[in-house]
Amino acid sequence: MIEVENLVKSFGEIQAVRDISFSVDQGEIFAFLGPNGAGKTTTIKMLTTLLRPTSGRIAIDGLDPMTHQNEVRKRFGIVFQDPSTDDELTAWENMDLHGALYSVPRRIRAERSERLLKLFELWDRRNDPLKQFSGGMKRRLEIARGLLHTPKIIFLDEPTLGLDPQTRNQLWAHVKKLNDEERVTVFLTTHYMEEAERVARRIAIIDHGRIVAQGAPAELKAQTNAETLEQAFLALTGSTIRDEGADQFAQMRAMAKIWRRNR
Amino acid sequence: MTAIYILWLRQLKRYTRSRSRIVASLGQPMLFLLALGFGFGPIFQRAGQGDYIQFLAPGVIGMTVLFTAIFSGIELIWDRQFGFLKETLVAPVPRILIMIGRTLGGATVALLQGFIVVIICFIAGFRVHHASAIPIAFLVMALIAIMFTALGTAIASVLSDFQGFQLVMNFLVMPIFFLSGALFPLAGLPTVLNVLATIDPLSYGVDGLRVSLSGAGHFGLAVDLAVLAILSTIILVIGTRLFSRIQL
Repeated sequence: MIEVENLVKSFGEIQAVRDISFSVDQGEIFAFLGPNGAGKTTTIKMLTTLLRPTSGRIAIDGLDPMTHQNEVRKRFGIVFQDPSTDDELTAWENMDLHGALYSVPRRIRAERSERLLKLFELWDRRNDPLKQFSGGMKRRLEIARGLLHTPKIIFLDEPTLGLDPQTRNQLWAHVKKLNDEERVTVFLTTHYMEEAERVARRIAIIDHGRIVAQGAPAELKAQTNAETLEQAFLALTGSTIRDEGADQFAQMRAMAKIWRRNR
Repeated sequence: MTAIYILWLRQLKRYTRSRSRIVASLGQPMLFLLALGFGFGPIFQRAGQGDYIQFLAPGVIGMTVLFTAIFSGIELIWDRQFGFLKETLVAPVPRILIMIGRTLGGATVALLQGFIVVIICFIAGFRVHHASAIPIAFLVMALIAIMFTALGTAIASVLSDFQGFQLVMNFLVMPIFFLSGALFPLAGLPTVLNVLATIDPLSYGVDGLRVSLSGAGHFGLAVDLAVLAILSTIILVIGTRLFSRIQL
């Protein structure tokens, strides 16, 4: 469903993604793990047509995201790491807008929106503008919205960030159900190792833009003689904290972006 | 089509829901009418140019449409920072349709704001020379609105945050307004000012409004409409290209 070969993305001098290859089968739940600034989000952006790769090959359901943008876009739903809703609109209007952009017929749009809003317990607040929502509620809406057009692939970029355990459970239970019943392919990133271990069939660990290990959770643990996935993760990526580096990196990346645009 | 409609509707909803923004943006045109219109009125009259409110009103209407349109376009930066842009960019909709939806939405908002100012001008004593001119004035306003919303979007496509915004205001939007002949007649200007006014797109907008509403103009209505239509198309095309190139 997703095939990536020798994918590279550089921003000027900096290489954010350095020659990674992996593939995700249809109906698989695949977790992409890595410390901050490892290249997870950059990879997702390339897979979802938001960013042009420097080199390498991507195929989403056999299609290249750069040459068949709209075909690829129809096939996936995405929950971004940071908000992507319109705060001035109500929950219902955000859902409706999404459905319209994805050409979901009006009636089906309304039915599905109702079902999803009820599932994520937002139905009572459907006519409130999002600016009155808490962080967790907005997150839930983003997830509900990403599922509205029944995509074949779902990208979840740290979807559970800031959610309480109840909502987290709800989310993963729903994702598993979609995966079981409708064979939806799931590509996720998270910092919670136990989540990845619970839902993902296969895991790739990325660090400094390179995939350092991939396989089933049990394989990764065996490979590093670790008892938990968290230990395996730390053994593979070291225990230095990346936040500062990641921030500088993000800044440089932003600078590089501005320069490129201005040229 | 649905995509264009839904994005257009979004802009309208955002506009009608921010009442404070509507009121705030009326302060400037009212101040211009009051301070300049009534302040310079007597001098203008003594210089033999007639009623200054009659002369100024089309300029203030043009100004309102210009500012609202540019801001509506530049709102794209806002969408980029608050994340909504991502939602539209991963949707299976060609970028040109997103650009058209946004531009029409922003232009409609600018038009509505323009209408409110037309009413204010009437209250201030402005009179249209002939009722038949109103549809033409409407067309001119629409062209100004589309042109500058597209320009705002084009600019916002290459800026990633608000740091460059002040630059755009001071070196682009303000000159466009002040050099357009919104405040003074274009006849008999010093050469440099004359050249600047001639290359200023808003000059043709204000002139078009003045011809249709007050009956007297500088370039002539045909020239005004032709320049506005051609420039709108060019800017829309450039804007679409820049918008299509956005990567996140």
